[in-house]
Amino acid sequence: MITPAVSSLPAVQGLAAENLGVFGRDPWWLIIVKAIFCFAFAMLTVLFSIVWERKVVAWMQLRIGPNRHGPWGMLQSLADGVKLMLKEDLVVKGADKVVYILAPIVATIPAFMAFAVIPFGPANNEISIFGTRTPMQLTDLPVGVLYILAVASVGIYGVVLAGWSSGSTYPLLGGLRSTAQMISYEIAMGISFAAVFLYSHSMSTSQIVATQHDKWYVVLLPVSFIVYIVSMVGETNRAPFDLPEAEGELVGGFNTEYSSIKFALFMLAEYVNMVTVSAIATTLFLGGWRAPWPITAFWAGANHGWWPLLWITIKIQLLLFFFIWLRGTLPRMRYDQFMKLGWKVLIPVSMVWLMLVATVRALRNENYDFQRIVLYVGGGVLALLLLSLVVDVFRDRGRREPAESGAPGDRFDPMAGGFPVPPRPGQTLPPVPRRRPRGERQLVNATDTAETADKEQEGDNA
Amino acid sequence: MTETTVGIGGAAEGTDMVLNIGPQHPSTHGVLRLRLILDGERISHAEPVIGYMHRGAEKLFEARDYRQIIMLANRHDWLSAFSNELGVVIAVERMLGMEVPERAVWTRTLLAELNRVLNHLMFLGSYPLELGGITPVFYAFREREELQNILEEVSGGRMHYMFNRVGGLKEDLPNGWLGRAREAVADVRSRMDVFDRLVLGNEIFRGRTRGVGVLTPQTVHAYGVSGPIARASGVDFDLRRDEPYLAYGELQDTLNVATRTEGDCLARFECLLEQTHNSLDLADACLDRIAELPPGPINQRLPKVLKAPEGHTYAWTENPLGINGYYLVSKGDKTPYRLKLRSASYNNIQALTELLPGTLVADMVAILGSMFFVVGDIDK
Repeated sequence: MITPAVSSLPAVQGLAAENLGVFGRDPWWLIIVKAIFCFAFAMLTVLFSIVWERKVVAWMQLRIGPNRHGPWGMLQSLADGVKLMLKEDLVVKGADKVVYILAPIVATIPAFMAFAVIPFGPANNEISIFGTRTPMQLTDLPVGVLYILAVASVGIYGVVLAGWSSGSTYPLLGGLRSTAQMISYEIAMGISFAAVFLYSHSMSTSQIVATQHDKWYVVLLPVSFIVYIVSMVGETNRAPFDLPEAEGELVGGFNTEYSSIKFALFMLAEYVNMVTVSAIATTLFLGGWRAPWPITAFWAGANHGWWPLLWITIKIQLLLFFFIWLRGTLPRMRYDQFMKLGWKVLIPVSMVWLMLVATVRALRNENYDFQRIVLYVGGGVLALLLLSLVVDVFRDRGRREPAESGAPGDRFDPMAGGFPVPPRPGQTLPPVPRRRPRGERQLVNATDTAETADKEQEGDNA
Repeated sequence: MTETTVGIGGAAEGTDMVLNIGPQHPSTHGVLRLRLILDGERISHAEPVIGYMHRGAEKLFEARDYRQIIMLANRHDWLSAFSNELGVVIAVERMLGMEVPERAVWTRTLLAELNRVLNHLMFLGSYPLELGGITPVFYAFREREELQNILEEVSGGRMHYMFNRVGGLKEDLPNGWLGRAREAVADVRSRMDVFDRLVLGNEIFRGRTRGVGVLTPQTVHAYGVSGPIARASGVDFDLRRDEPYLAYGELQDTLNVATRTEGDCLARFECLLEQTHNSLDLADACLDRIAELPPGPINQRLPKVLKAPEGHTYAWTENPLGINGYYLVSKGDKTPYRLKLRSASYNNIQALTELLPGTLVADMVAILGSMFFVVGDIDK
């Protein structure tokens, strides 16, 4: 098991060096119990959230949703899972068999692994399991968030390899899209994390939650939060960024050729990923296991004992609801549009934001007072905005001018020199008068409507 | 024409990929097949392969008498059954020189417009679905349900009404139906802002459709594209206005032909939406008029054996998807000698060979959806 050494970095600004000594001291059986808990938590949340998604989308679409299996249709996803396991497992002839079988496994396992460092409660041995006091977290690393990033990137390989190894056209396109998509959001995602590190002075998840004791980072770093929310939807291949599996275009995308348990694994991976990224968003921006403000105001015990488990579950569920809401509302983006969003909006915005955050932190460290910081930063932002507006205005003008200067073709004389001639490029034929209506009912204003209708009739009788 | 590329090493193996969209594909709603040649995700060549659903309607027409033809004719475009029936009965009535009672003319106009709304609602719902928005289709179907109920009350059918007869309609409207129809039309109109604002106002939707698949007026003329698709390209041609049949001559004040000049997917969708609004208005105008009409017959008594006199005629109507025409040649028999069917989707879909090359696979779906076709109407 991983036993992280206590960080030897010098203390920064009054904050003690990361003290991860509580982790890695559990007995072996407790580690297994915790690992199983992480797995079970992810699985149960997935089982619930599939039914929940289908119910919520059904409500949004004036339908009822699943209601046959178990009370309120709660066992629907369990039944679906069993059904998928019992289905025939096809391997297409053109597939690269080893990679083809490996791909769903590569997609699924990393999805669970990120849960190892998600804190479900405070790190000071508050709970006791069979008499052993322990933190509510499987383990933690000094580079916990980097571990999450690394593991999440491996999961994408599952999608790419599935697309490639299927030996079929639609999956290949899906796999390619997935590669392009990953590049466009992962950078922005990493930068949005960096802003959090600047505030928390740590990359360990338990420390990040610990530093959010009075203000959550969603309040302090709203831009980073939004950037992460966008890129987490991209990472999980969910609508409106479900390009690799776009069912209207690529039938099923990377999973077109998959069936039975392999397909089930891809489905599982997608939903576990949703739970994982929601848990990460909760940990990094939404105060992790901390109770929301009005509760802590009148109930001091809300953040102690087993209660934090409840708060983090609620927060994860709310984020999952957000995923479902998006899916029920938005159409799919085109993949080049998503790349544009990634490269031209998310990355520059999060870079500028990171610089601002770094500037504010540096000024604070130099003991400038708050008003002056606001002045400097606000002034900088305003100057940037003005600059971009001016650039926009000039760019528009430059674009409009050539459009206006496009001269219309000179008038066309169909009987030039006494012979009927075809129109030259840019010229149009004069309108041919429309024949009279056949019925008894005559047109109210036949002449002018017929004329306007025929204006478009151009010399294309070739 | 075949093109041969000669090269050495990697260059000899082209990177082109042949992708078959359909005949089984979620966005071809039916069995249309597109054979695409791709370079990456860009389409370099597109060819619609049609005929998977050919049912030989034209040949069958020749073996059925004029009463039975109506039932066959309303099936090729299953979303505009009523308008399909109309063309046949208008052709036969014209051959017979038969006068249709005024009540029947107005009721036919009303039902044709309601049918148009039903058809358009289908596409207003299915187009966002093709772009990945899964919700609007259910709202479209709620409205469709409402209108289908009143049409069912009249004709007994929800899709294939079989309500037209040569010389009029099958029977008069049920008691109190006018009020219920007016209510349904008002209900549908009141909820149309789902499409006006929620779908059309969606930034992603606009981003996916604006400037995508621009159809030029020249292409429209060259391929005989018609209906809302042609009007979105600025070809302002609508038979209801330019060669009025039924009662459209008297509805010119209400009739508003929606046109755009952009010719892109967004323009096509906007045209369809505006036309839906206008059809609801037209339906209201028809309802007003029918309420004022004196009671009278709604059909003509027909002889036991209905024979069209020798001759030929061409009856075309502005169907929801475009111009639908029947060229009827009769040799004086019980059955037509030949009944040529000109269906809107058949021509509209041909323009895809011009529209698709140079676009992305994702755009292909947007363009295909915006061509508003019914596979039965293509394959006949």
